Amino acid sequence: MCGIVGLFLKDPKLEPELGRLMAGMLGVLCDRGPDSAGFAVFGPGGRDTVKLTVRGDEATDFQAIARRLSEALGTRITAVGRHTHGVLTLPAAREAEAKAALGAVAPELALVGAGKRMELYKEVGRPDLVATKFGLGAMTGTHGIGHTRMATESAVTTDGAHPFSTGLDQCLVHNGSLSNHNAVRRELARDGLTFATDNDSEVAAGYLTARMHKGASLGQALTDALSDLDGFYTFVVGTESGFGVLRDPIACKPAVMAETDRYVAFGSEYRALVDLPEIDKARVWEPEPATVYFWERPH
Amino acid sequence: MSADRAEIVDLATMPLRQLNLALHRLRPDTNQTLWRIANPRGRHSVAVGVDVPVTIEIDGHVGYYCAGMNKQATVIVNGNAGVGVAENIMSGTVHVKGDASQSAGATGCGGTLIIDGNASARCGISMKGVDIIVRGSVGHMSAFMAQAGSLVVLGDAGESLGDSIYEARLYVRGKVQGLGADCVEKPMTDHHKAKLARKLTTAGIAGIDIGQFRRYGSARRLYHFHVDNVY
Repeated sequence: MCGIVGLFLKDPKLEPELGRLMAGMLGVLCDRGPDSAGFAVFGPGGRDTVKLTVRGDEATDFQAIARRLSEALGTRITAVGRHTHGVLTLPAAREAEAKAALGAVAPELALVGAGKRMELYKEVGRPDLVATKFGLGAMTGTHGIGHTRMATESAVTTDGAHPFSTGLDQCLVHNGSLSNHNAVRRELARDGLTFATDNDSEVAAGYLTARMHKGASLGQALTDALSDLDGFYTFVVGTESGFGVLRDPIACKPAVMAETDRYVAFGSEYRALVDLPEIDKARVWEPEPATVYFWERPH
Repeated sequence: MSADRAEIVDLATMPLRQLNLALHRLRPDTNQTLWRIANPRGRHSVAVGVDVPVTIEIDGHVGYYCAGMNKQATVIVNGNAGVGVAENIMSGTVHVKGDASQSAGATGCGGTLIIDGNASARCGISMKGVDIIVRGSVGHMSAFMAQAGSLVVLGDAGESLGDSIYEARLYVRGKVQGLGADCVEKPMTDHHKAKLARKLTTAGIAGIDIGQFRRYGSARRLYHFHVDNVY
């Protein structure tokens, strides 16, 4: 089953509300995926900084880790801890060094995502509780995606929860199951991509990252996915400036979209959208199978 | 309760089960013949299994299986309907004023399903006697394994229309992206034109040129085992 949501704001006045609206959408979809939950939020970011989202456990002292990393790199690194996750902000030029140093300073931490603006949180447990523990309701930003998981293809672990991120400011949530993910994973691995799990959805994220790395736009990468990925899928994808939706040609998994002058929203079911502002006046429709939908923020 | 007064139900306050229970308890001679349902908020299974000649008007979008198994009742949705609206409808009328999601009217045995907007994939899958009228277009695999009844589409039909169809009559006014296995175009005789005109009139649709419709149905080549089909 699984439930997915996405919210892309057009009206900056709604940005302080992003987390609250997303938390409501995720909460409604608890019964589509009670095993685990996750979300990625594109919030504030600096031009020359990068944010690394890392995962430890509830006892992890992310401030201490930031201090040790700062000393190791000789630059100022700040941390914000939320439940089991921490977001480290550092100069973008030092990203690769910081990732390497993190392995030495805090090998117990897992890197779950990186981006100028993206923060990514996921954990095992009921989606509404997961959202509360991370404080999603108070987060701000321009767009975000979220997932409630009912595991089918791999174990109920935090690593297996969505979203998956395989590139800077790139993330994906998936409802469905891919049948050719092992073959695609091998091809991507040959091109140098690394994968943290056996999960089919991580392969979809990696595939889109690889396409965009080669110069494709989000829309082009999604179009290519139609011929290269086999199986059932509804994808919702976030990039620093964009938001995309794609369903397989059979349209096996449900999808509803709503658009107003102020936002574009996606939900596995319409129920997830009912508390959005002025939803009664929104254009509500079912995205067509095998059709790429994407929106870009003006630069 | 007088017959001309509507029962008002607000699903923001009344639990859905309570509404459905109240509808199931209605006697055939009930005076509570008009029900207005507010705030469905995409809930699943609104007004399922009703078996009395009452009218139920729902203001807003509904979730899955709305008016499923309907008998005798007239159910009107002033909004969109989710997956499987009027699935296994036996009789009565279900009218969706917006769009319908997948598998609208699935396995319907009788009655009428009217969709003012579009219906997505597998509209009328395994239909067994229901009359479905879609003013917009239908998605792929519509009338898949259809056994009886009719599907009338004023717009276009997606890929594999009528795949593995046994019987049932399919009338499409717009373009058909492709026909499924054993589904073929058939001549539109005066007999069929008259039948189609009656269906449109019943659905309250006027001013449509019947001559624009084309008829599709079963070639009846899959009815019996055919040894040449063995791989």
